[in-house]
Amino acid sequence: MIHGEESWHRKLVEHRSALMAVGVTVGIALGSLIEIVPMYTVAAGPDMADTVAPYTALELAGRDIYVREGCYNCHSQMIRPFRAETLRYGDWSRAGEVAWDRPFQLGSRRIGPDLARIGGKYPDAWHYEHMADPRATTPGSIMPPYPWLLDDKITAADVAATVGAHATLGVPYDDTSVEAVSRSLEEQGGGIVTRLAEARIDAEPDDEIVALIAYLQKLGAS
Amino acid sequence: MSTGERYDDATVKRFIGATVLWGAVGMLVGVVLALQLAWWPANLGLPWTTFGRLRPLHTNAVIFAFTGNFIFAAIYYSLPRLLKTPMFSPLLSKVHFWGWQAIIVSAAITLPLGLTQGKEYAELIWPIDVAIALVWVAFAVNFFGAIWRRRVKHLYVAVWFYMSMVITITVLHVTNSLALPATLTRSYPVFSGMTDALVQWWYGHNAVGFLLTTPILGIMYYFLPKSVERPVYSYRLSIVHFWALVFLYIWAGPHHLLYSALPDWAQTLGMVFSVALIAPSWGGMLNGLLTLRGAWDKLRTDPVVKFWVVAVSFYGMSTFEGPLMSIRAVNALSHYTDWTIGHVHSGALGWVGMAAFATLYWLVPQVYGRELHSQKAATAHFWLATIGIVIYIVAMWVAGITQGLMWRAIDPDTGLLAYPNFMDTVLQLIPFYWLRLLGGLMYLCGTLLAGWNLWQTAREPLPARHQEVA
Repeated sequence: MIHGEESWHRKLVEHRSALMAVGVTVGIALGSLIEIVPMYTVAAGPDMADTVAPYTALELAGRDIYVREGCYNCHSQMIRPFRAETLRYGDWSRAGEVAWDRPFQLGSRRIGPDLARIGGKYPDAWHYEHMADPRATTPGSIMPPYPWLLDDKITAADVAATVGAHATLGVPYDDTSVEAVSRSLEEQGGGIVTRLAEARIDAEPDDEIVALIAYLQKLGAS
Repeated sequence: MSTGERYDDATVKRFIGATVLWGAVGMLVGVVLALQLAWWPANLGLPWTTFGRLRPLHTNAVIFAFTGNFIFAAIYYSLPRLLKTPMFSPLLSKVHFWGWQAIIVSAAITLPLGLTQGKEYAELIWPIDVAIALVWVAFAVNFFGAIWRRRVKHLYVAVWFYMSMVITITVLHVTNSLALPATLTRSYPVFSGMTDALVQWWYGHNAVGFLLTTPILGIMYYFLPKSVERPVYSYRLSIVHFWALVFLYIWAGPHHLLYSALPDWAQTLGMVFSVALIAPSWGGMLNGLLTLRGAWDKLRTDPVVKFWVVAVSFYGMSTFEGPLMSIRAVNALSHYTDWTIGHVHSGALGWVGMAAFATLYWLVPQVYGRELHSQKAATAHFWLATIGIVIYIVAMWVAGITQGLMWRAIDPDTGLLAYPNFMDTVLQLIPFYWLRLLGGLMYLCGTLLAGWNLWQTAREPLPARHQEVA
């Protein structure tokens, strides 16, 4: 561990711990700033957030459930621009389509299929039955069942907190009051409940599964 | 007075115990996850035990609990000896140790409950993020305070690597955790969409760089020469590869987002710097392996040397594989497949895990003043772990490349997908998932054996020569 004569590095840096700390900080700051800052300052074409409507209250509630259950550990939401991917999943993903996503949910592993364009691919009842028992709709599936989503409830106050936080972060929501959020939840949830009833499935607008279906049906459907 | 009395080795011993305990827990959860993928009923039908909730527990446990405690144990032992001064404050050492363990326990409770921020390796909810920042600052003050009061003029190479971790992890954690709380357990990041993705993978890849790489290299620079009683091969090489790692690593994050909607220039920067990283990485590998020159005979007899050689070799292997997978054409095949999982584990089990046990098999006898209880058990652990890793990563290579090729296969007659049903590509993997379970189980058994061996070492009666001194 003894290195003989005093090198320039020893005299200049190793004797001055503060200088070494500054050197490390500058070293890591350079790449960080050059990669992150242009995401805000360089225009990436037309404002793509304009092309996709923000999530509704029910969709946000469903998104929270998606995050809570860690769906991103097995499902991606980013279709790459390859023929094999667009054949399987649909058009490749654009930045504007995830512009409202907090947190982003691109995922890193496809243990199950990509979900970026799952919206509209299956009826609401398919998702209901799939979450209750994945093998009922997909023979051989290795996905665990999520029966608690059929019983557990969302609350308007909780969803209003989510909507409020998004509004504070700049998402254009007009009315973030609990009453307005509650009305919005019942309206959109009621539609899903009606469609489920047509498939002889009994559900309530405030069931977690209804919120999750709303979110999944929004994906890629803009 | 022995150095153990001069320096606070009680803290070192606590961190060692926590390393082994959380290592076993984190790896056990990994084995459960491996079983769940091979056999879905192992999800147990309970919300708290599903794959989606347990996988973050596994990754956080092995990264922050196992590796974290290992790094702290090694730093609290080596830093005072390198600076010839105790850590800055015994109180901060206690705050650091107990604060870190409290964070780990709270992670183990909240993650199965589904309380998560939903960003990989940054899942912990905002109150825990705040606690991490506070405990990290306590550590940083303890660390820089010791450097400030050092009684040697220059900083040894291990300290440079430790310092790069302390500074960079602070920046990464604080930036990636910037979020607006909505409730006590939920928050939403200030970044959104592709910007959030870029910040996350800038964080994620540099957690690999500055938590799983640079501090372990620092540990290598202290403990490997100590173990084999040889000087580091090249001082000049250590300077060059240190600064190159610090400068290059930070750019590499976008290789996690190749072919995504991230702007092309950012993807290209990520790819180019990832490929360039092979040079400083192999600089570190060569400096480690060449330090063994003239001591290769110990490879046959000394478990510590066996562990170091395999650790450094896996470092070289995974830092070759990583740049390879960062090349767009390769990534097009490997991304979203189990190849990535195999790559991560050759780094985590091969490099970090083997380096941790190389260090512990040398360090525990040092701090307890005893001989290692069983050389035979350590050698058995070595073979269990090494063969386990090889089974694991080979299974993941085959699974990953198989699935990647099936996803992209086009039927030449129809011009359509050869395997349009996604399930076809999943069912192919099940045999390899069982094989991976076997590999992981072997590695876990090795860790349990190490826990027993180190425990027996610590409670062995003191050898006669030490009793006389006492």
